[in-house]
Amino acid sequence: MNLQYIGLKEINGPLIFLNHVKGIAFEEMVEIKLDNGTTRHGRVVEINGDLVAILVFEGTHSLSLKNTTIKFLGKPMEIGLSENILGRVFNGLGEPIDDLGPVYVDRYFDINGSALNPVARVYPRDYINTGISSIDGLTTLIRGQKLPIFSGSGMPHNDLAVQIVRQAKLSDQRKEKFAIIFAAMGVTHDVANYFKRSFEEAGVSDKVVMYLNLADDPIIERLLTPRCALSAAEYLAFEKDTHVLVVMTDITAYCEALREFSSSKGEIPGRKGYPGYLYSDLASLFERAGIVKSSKGSVTQIPILSMPNDDITHPIPDLTGYITEGQIVLDRELHQRGIYPPIGVLPSLSRLMKDGIGSGYTREDHQPLMNQLFASYAQVMDARSLASVIGEDELSPADKNLMEFGRLFEEHFISQGHKNRSITDTLDLGWRLLSFLPKDQLDRTDEMILDRFYDHEDAINFFNIEDSVIINELKKEGN
Amino acid sequence: MNKVYSINGPVIKVKNSTDFQIMEMVFVGDDKLLGEVISISEEFTVIQVYESTVGLKPGEEIISTGEPISVTLGPGLLTNIFDGIQRPLNKIYEKDGKFIKAGTNVDTLDYDKEWEVHFLVKKGDKINFGHVFGEVEETTLITHRLLVPSGIEGEVKEVKKDGSYKLKDVLVVVEDKHGNKHELNMIQRWPIKKPRPTKERLPLSIPLISGQRVIDTLFPIAKGGTAGVPGGFGTGKTMMQHQFAKWCDADIIVYVGCGERGNEMTQTLEEFSELIDPKSNRPLIERTVLIANTSNMPVAAREASIYTGVVIAEFYRDMGYHVAVMADSTSRWAEALREISGRLEEMPAEEGFPAYLPSRIAQFYERAGYMNTMSDRKGSVSIIGAISPQGSDFSEPVTQNTKRFVRCFWALDKELAYARHYAAINWNQSYSEYISDLSKWYNKQVGVEFLESRQQFIKILAEENKLMEIVKLIGKDVLPEDQKLLLEIARVIRVGYLQQNAFHKDDTFVPLEKQLMMMNLILYLYKEASIIIKQGKAFSLLLKTNIFDKVIKVKYDIPNDQLVLFDNYYKLIDEALHSVK
Repeated sequence: MNLQYIGLKEINGPLIFLNHVKGIAFEEMVEIKLDNGTTRHGRVVEINGDLVAILVFEGTHSLSLKNTTIKFLGKPMEIGLSENILGRVFNGLGEPIDDLGPVYVDRYFDINGSALNPVARVYPRDYINTGISSIDGLTTLIRGQKLPIFSGSGMPHNDLAVQIVRQAKLSDQRKEKFAIIFAAMGVTHDVANYFKRSFEEAGVSDKVVMYLNLADDPIIERLLTPRCALSAAEYLAFEKDTHVLVVMTDITAYCEALREFSSSKGEIPGRKGYPGYLYSDLASLFERAGIVKSSKGSVTQIPILSMPNDDITHPIPDLTGYITEGQIVLDRELHQRGIYPPIGVLPSLSRLMKDGIGSGYTREDHQPLMNQLFASYAQVMDARSLASVIGEDELSPADKNLMEFGRLFEEHFISQGHKNRSITDTLDLGWRLLSFLPKDQLDRTDEMILDRFYDHEDAINFFNIEDSVIINELKKEGN
Repeated sequence: MNKVYSINGPVIKVKNSTDFQIMEMVFVGDDKLLGEVISISEEFTVIQVYESTVGLKPGEEIISTGEPISVTLGPGLLTNIFDGIQRPLNKIYEKDGKFIKAGTNVDTLDYDKEWEVHFLVKKGDKINFGHVFGEVEETTLITHRLLVPSGIEGEVKEVKKDGSYKLKDVLVVVEDKHGNKHELNMIQRWPIKKPRPTKERLPLSIPLISGQRVIDTLFPIAKGGTAGVPGGFGTGKTMMQHQFAKWCDADIIVYVGCGERGNEMTQTLEEFSELIDPKSNRPLIERTVLIANTSNMPVAAREASIYTGVVIAEFYRDMGYHVAVMADSTSRWAEALREISGRLEEMPAEEGFPAYLPSRIAQFYERAGYMNTMSDRKGSVSIIGAISPQGSDFSEPVTQNTKRFVRCFWALDKELAYARHYAAINWNQSYSEYISDLSKWYNKQVGVEFLESRQQFIKILAEENKLMEIVKLIGKDVLPEDQKLLLEIARVIRVGYLQQNAFHKDDTFVPLEKQLMMMNLILYLYKEASIIIKQGKAFSLLLKTNIFDKVIKVKYDIPNDQLVLFDNYYKLIDEALHSVK
């Protein structure tokens, strides 16, 4: 039933209100024709008897109460998909913007998606080798996982995302199909171009689908951008057996668009003005990752969010962390010291790694190594906070030794530049670093593993610190 | 006919209707979406819908059912996985494929399956509500006792012979005092928000043993007790709930995944099907009911999932079982309340949560207890609720209000989790009020020294906490020798005892006996080492013997079934300390 209505009752922010409307459905799509011949899109967000509130995606500028004709399309927002979307660029509404014409449509999908039945899911176990030590070794990325990067403005989160995409994909020489979906929400043209260029350089641009809602694009359109992208991801993964990596940036801009929408609707705000349903709304994005029994493909998400003021307890990173399966946190201090990638390993976590590492996946010593590295590095932090009070000179030899270990760990393990490290190299390097510490300080591993991997002499030689003062002091005490 | 008037997310309104009652179950629209009446005024009746309202139109019909939102109870609940409104996810998968559709209608239990029934009543018996009239082997682990449903009291007129029956087959006919006949089958309905009655609430006196040292030793929970587990993301709430569900000595586990991750529920399902219960050698899933409302499922069903879980637990309690409910996470449930409340435009109290949040939390936790059931059996429901405080801030309303109504508080700590110290229970913030209730049991079953040793542990940890304030300012080196020793012993307790490795075959579950032996060993080391220090020996000499690290590794090096090996460690301690003398 394609009824048309002329004129509006009210315009308020991105919302328009219509009176005397009958027979339309909740979340139905709307086409808005202006007198000047342009068309905009909208969605029914509230129905009160015959009064209807419509959210206009492209914004309500230059709308008046008289100059519009509204057409209800009788269906929720859908996106037409086929494998031809690979290599194409779309706007936030899923319309092509690369001058290559419309795409051939295989099927239409409701962009809101539906909840995956937990019974239909396969628990993700296949690890993705990113070639980055602090990720592979300590926060392993698993196929089908949603692992966000928590960053802040000015930090190299984009470089990191690109590096993950490049190394994870190109090292994967198996015959399985893969695709990358890039959803930009409120990022600058520069950033979007950077990603585009990087995909080209990596030689994967024919495998990339881009959905771009840039910083100067309509804000409300931003609410649809990730949904279009994820519908495309689900289509490729679950219908076409493709391994899909979805990079979404910036989640903070998305949440701000949601806040704007919510306040214009007059909803009661929750924390920091964000709507009370921010958690449910973010979950409806992030939960669209995983593997299902009926298909060989997978959807892996790497959302990037910039923490306002580097505050991890801000509602956006906070709620995201409760939904996603871990997080990679970038550390400004490491970044300022020139360490790349500046991954703060202690607050970073991958919830799915425990089942995707060890014998059969990476190596049997991975779990104990990881536990020990975390534990020892946490001790380094204690020593550092002590040193900041009493000065490094006053520390006990054991604490000084820890400080040295911390430096080595950061300079050799975390810092690796744009190199691609194999998992064996990563694990061996981890043991070599631990071997620098006295054996009896390694209390998270059992003797058997230590006997195999602990080699103090080798570590001392490798890091070339034979005549370091610290070691001598330790030795003196030992004798 | 009652029609949809307005739609706002999961909240819909009906205009000018007097046909509904509060908390009534209704079906909304052409797709028959499940809903519940939550408020009524002369002008509007407000209904919250448990499914997605996308595509719903004003003018579609609303059908009233006259009964409150209820669950179906009967054999076949165990091993099953349901969504928040008790629809079996396996059957939805068979019917609809990988995505869950709104308005899907499937039977909760399998009405075609035949169960082997053994009757426990005969003609002429007087039976009433809660009486056990028969038994069914639901799984190899659990015998399902068939309970007489509510409102039925009278004399048994007919009983079928033992044999195979389907759920809806009439098994027993009862005649009440008015001469009305009632037919009993294997299933019954019960409203989710109404607690199932029992004869009396009994004092709590038995611990729920989990094999997790920090809980069993420091902060034990009683069977029938309640515990709140707050922790920011990544502190291991879910991991702890899983460990508890796997190893605790309850007969039945009801695991409610409320607004949590889909992959996590799949993991629970897979893992519990594979994991073998050490006592019975059967898969753990045979004693488990899973309720999964993942974070992207409709928000109103999230609110219901907690109640669905607890009523199923009460049902098995009434059969005389000890049931543990894991609710992960109650914050998502509270947020669902907030979301609905916001859509109703109610006046918000703290942080946007509705003013009735504390009373709802209280109602939920008060459904736990150790009971004498209607059939004079002893059964219990213990509730362990995870809390996800926003911004990891324990002063937020859900944590604070939960604290008022639970008697165990296991505070998970970010710093510990960052150091991968699991279970990341902070010993300074956590507490258990059950110690005095349980002391008799511990003294009798494990030995009087258990609680004494526990007290010493707590003392050492508290002193360490105090000393650390100083150490943070001036470093460890300036402390006197005996305090250095105390710090080292505290480290042995923290790393060697409190920290536990869920992935290590011997460390994932530790029997109380070994817990006690470990405590005694550590305290013995402390006692003997103190003597040496008093003799004026330097602490660094003791440290060099490596004995502390050997004791730390006891948890890995002594298997649970070879506790005699502890004797060797006493010898090791003596030798090490002797070498210093």
